[in-house]
Amino acid sequence: MSRAPHPVDRAAAKQSGEPVGAGMRRSGINRRTLLRWSTYMAGVLALPAMPYGIRIAAAMETQPRLPVLWLSGQGCTGDVESFLRASDPTPSQLVMDKLSLDYAETLMAAAGEAAEARIADTITRYAGQYVVVVEGSIPTAENGMCCCIGGRSFTQILSDAAAGALAVIAVGSCAADGGLAKAAGGVTAAVGVSAALDGTGKKIIRFPGCPINPDNVVAALVQYMTLGAWPETDPTGLPLFAYGARIHANCERLPFLRAGQVVREWGDAGHQAGWCLRYVGCQGPRTNGNCSTVKFNSATSWDVGSGSPCFSCTSDGFWDQLDTAFAWTPPVPAMAGGQ
Amino acid sequence: MTVDHVPATTRVAIDPISRIEGHLRIEVETSGAVVRDAWSTGTMFRGIELILKDRDPRQAWVFAQRVCGVCTHVHALASVRAVENALGITIPPNARIIRNLMSGVQFVHDHVIHFYHLHALDWVDVVSALSASPQAASELCKRTNIGWPNNSPEYFTDVRARLQAFVDSGQLGPFAGGYWGHPAYVLSPQANLLLVAHYLEALEWQRQIIQIHAILGGKNPHPQTFTIGGMAITLAPDAPTGVNTTSLATIGSLLAQIQSFVDQVLVPDVTLLAGYYRDVWTRVGVGTGNLLAYGEFPESDGAVPGLFLPAGRITRMYLGKALPVDQSAIEECVARSWYSYSDAAASKHPSVGETTPVYSGPQAPYDTITTEKYSWLKAPRYDGGVYEVGPLARMAVAYAARVPEARKAIDGFLGRLDLKPSALFSTIGRVAARALETQLIAARLPKWLGELRTNMAAGDLRVADTGKWDPATWPATASGWGPTEAPRGGLGHWVNIAAGKITNYQMVVPSTWNGSPRDGAGQRGPWEQALVDTPLLDPKRPVEVLRTVHSFDPCMACAVHVHRPDGDDSIVVAA
Repeated sequence: MSRAPHPVDRAAAKQSGEPVGAGMRRSGINRRTLLRWSTYMAGVLALPAMPYGIRIAAAMETQPRLPVLWLSGQGCTGDVESFLRASDPTPSQLVMDKLSLDYAETLMAAAGEAAEARIADTITRYAGQYVVVVEGSIPTAENGMCCCIGGRSFTQILSDAAAGALAVIAVGSCAADGGLAKAAGGVTAAVGVSAALDGTGKKIIRFPGCPINPDNVVAALVQYMTLGAWPETDPTGLPLFAYGARIHANCERLPFLRAGQVVREWGDAGHQAGWCLRYVGCQGPRTNGNCSTVKFNSATSWDVGSGSPCFSCTSDGFWDQLDTAFAWTPPVPAMAGGQ
Repeated sequence: MTVDHVPATTRVAIDPISRIEGHLRIEVETSGAVVRDAWSTGTMFRGIELILKDRDPRQAWVFAQRVCGVCTHVHALASVRAVENALGITIPPNARIIRNLMSGVQFVHDHVIHFYHLHALDWVDVVSALSASPQAASELCKRTNIGWPNNSPEYFTDVRARLQAFVDSGQLGPFAGGYWGHPAYVLSPQANLLLVAHYLEALEWQRQIIQIHAILGGKNPHPQTFTIGGMAITLAPDAPTGVNTTSLATIGSLLAQIQSFVDQVLVPDVTLLAGYYRDVWTRVGVGTGNLLAYGEFPESDGAVPGLFLPAGRITRMYLGKALPVDQSAIEECVARSWYSYSDAAASKHPSVGETTPVYSGPQAPYDTITTEKYSWLKAPRYDGGVYEVGPLARMAVAYAARVPEARKAIDGFLGRLDLKPSALFSTIGRVAARALETQLIAARLPKWLGELRTNMAAGDLRVADTGKWDPATWPATASGWGPTEAPRGGLGHWVNIAAGKITNYQMVVPSTWNGSPRDGAGQRGPWEQALVDTPLLDPKRPVEVLRTVHSFDPCMACAVHVHRPDGDDSIVVAA
């Protein structure tokens, strides 16, 4: 795999953009730390540490920061918050040293016209070289009047920003497939990014999950910045490194299931001992994701790790399938169903 | 700008209001460099209450939690409380304590992010920080942030160099387009550098301390261990995961990190900033003078638990006494909101709430909204009055109720700045109340952890009462409400259940109170009112408006929601 020239290299270098590695050195990161981090990144991406760790490290030393427009539609800002919990690189390294977060309503200093000017500026200055990140669903009912920013509909804002983007990244379940607002009973005709940009041929990468796991999104951005290619995806845009395997397959509670040790109600002896949650609603066996290996909040824990079942939030349409996670009566039989 | 005898009135729209959660538009009329009137518009809605209809009430918290990913946790808490209230479920003491720990951490985390990352750039001139002397910043830090280790001239040299290189790169990211150099910025260069350094430190700090939510909830945002009847969490000293001996120690150590940052960085920084901005900004942004708090942090069990921060109301800025709160006095008005009531009633209590969305605003693209109805937010009122909720309300109620910790913190702050208690009713007053509340909660968290540790050591590992998990045990119909305090203010969920399904689900949330549009009587909402008389030197660079609006910490995804209509669920566009 040869490294394709990254278009931002030339353009941003002209803008006196400085290499990411320089920023990392300023924030006290030496070459050894950089190598260790690059090896970790290769791991998240399911790439062999050799040669990719070294290749990522080398590229990070010379890359300018990638311009990012973070657009928020019908969302809850949980994905921005999650992004700010990124473990490595840390949030301040992402904001100051790795990305150029040119538009993100949650964090940007500018408001009103000055904020709108930020989008226009990036679209013009970095045509074909910036990434659009979308959080939240896109309401299509009533000419898009269920979400307006600066007097313009979100459908229009997204369509304008996506046109010149090198890729559009849908973060969180709402952007990935319409999510919560699209669930039964919703009235805003909410859709995900793929449906909103249908027919444009735009490169779309989807990161479902409520919220996203920030380490996955960061890994994909790093791969593009360093190797010049986006992670391999399935036909619907799901990156295989993150969504290619069942959560269940790598769950720390799986050995208990195999031993017939299952939780029968909250707080019982099995729950206290960390046994399997299969029969108290856990959806892990049908869910694709890497939650059980990457975990959340600097690999501190994940839902199942703390004792709660998986609700399958990485699956399209999971909001209308939650009954399966709640339709059990305690105490469930000692080995319901068995395995 | 020339001021004539009759100054010309200019209407200015600021949209998006950035550094908040969600989508907010503010339009103001100004003359003579002062805001004369203001209109608050929520520009997005999702309809989560509609989606909750006909669902299993045991799942409601999963949906309700996604109302907001910033104040994640509090909507889940209000939701499980509402259903537990409806079904008559009592949770075990350990579940109460874990919920307190999660709420307390949520408050501290959210308040710190709000001050540094959502509000500080209204007061801190990032460009001015570049001209600061690292030596002066170091001296200021040693005087201000007593005991905080990052205070050397070398440290500030590095921070300044990092910022300089960032600016030199030509890619200014989130700092691009700020109102740098605006005359309303009055901090010294070294104070600006100090606060920029702490902006960056807080970004790292928040990521670490929120690991408590990951331990207790599996992850943050959207912790997942809630359940009707308690918490679905592993509680056992020797278990491999969940709350065990190791994670109790980790939580204890993170709580210590929380307290040192809040005591040594946040509160001193806010006091420093308040000192610079005292003369104008303790008089601007007064608001309605009416404050409301449901109270939070139950410290005992039973039907009427003792609350660390009490419930109460303040009216007309009178801090001598906290009046009681009766939830039946709450109503929501839609006279100026994009909804209609079928029976033409002016207002409705949430438990009988009925709303049909009717969009009658302008079609995009638009420059101004001058329609009679102008927001997706409704207008909650208490006994017809306009009330502000949030840290100022909680601290003022605790002050009036003579909670010793609150008296000491508030009197101490006012004394240091030589201010009277009435100065709390201001833009800076809100900032200060938020910081002082953070300090009170940070100091209280270790007590709750100690109680959990004691219970576990005594062998009490109960976390949930599952006796009413099975819908067969429920009455044919039930209704309840779940009050809590979100970081941004009082939050209530109301639920009606019939035949095991939700028939009506409604939320009245903090930013709906604070950001409400006018009501049928023409009364402005709290931040509309607070904006009146706010200075505005340059309508193109409205940093002063941002200061007052941000002092409320708006959360718009929370604020906008659609109640379940009894009949027609469709949106009617009448534009």
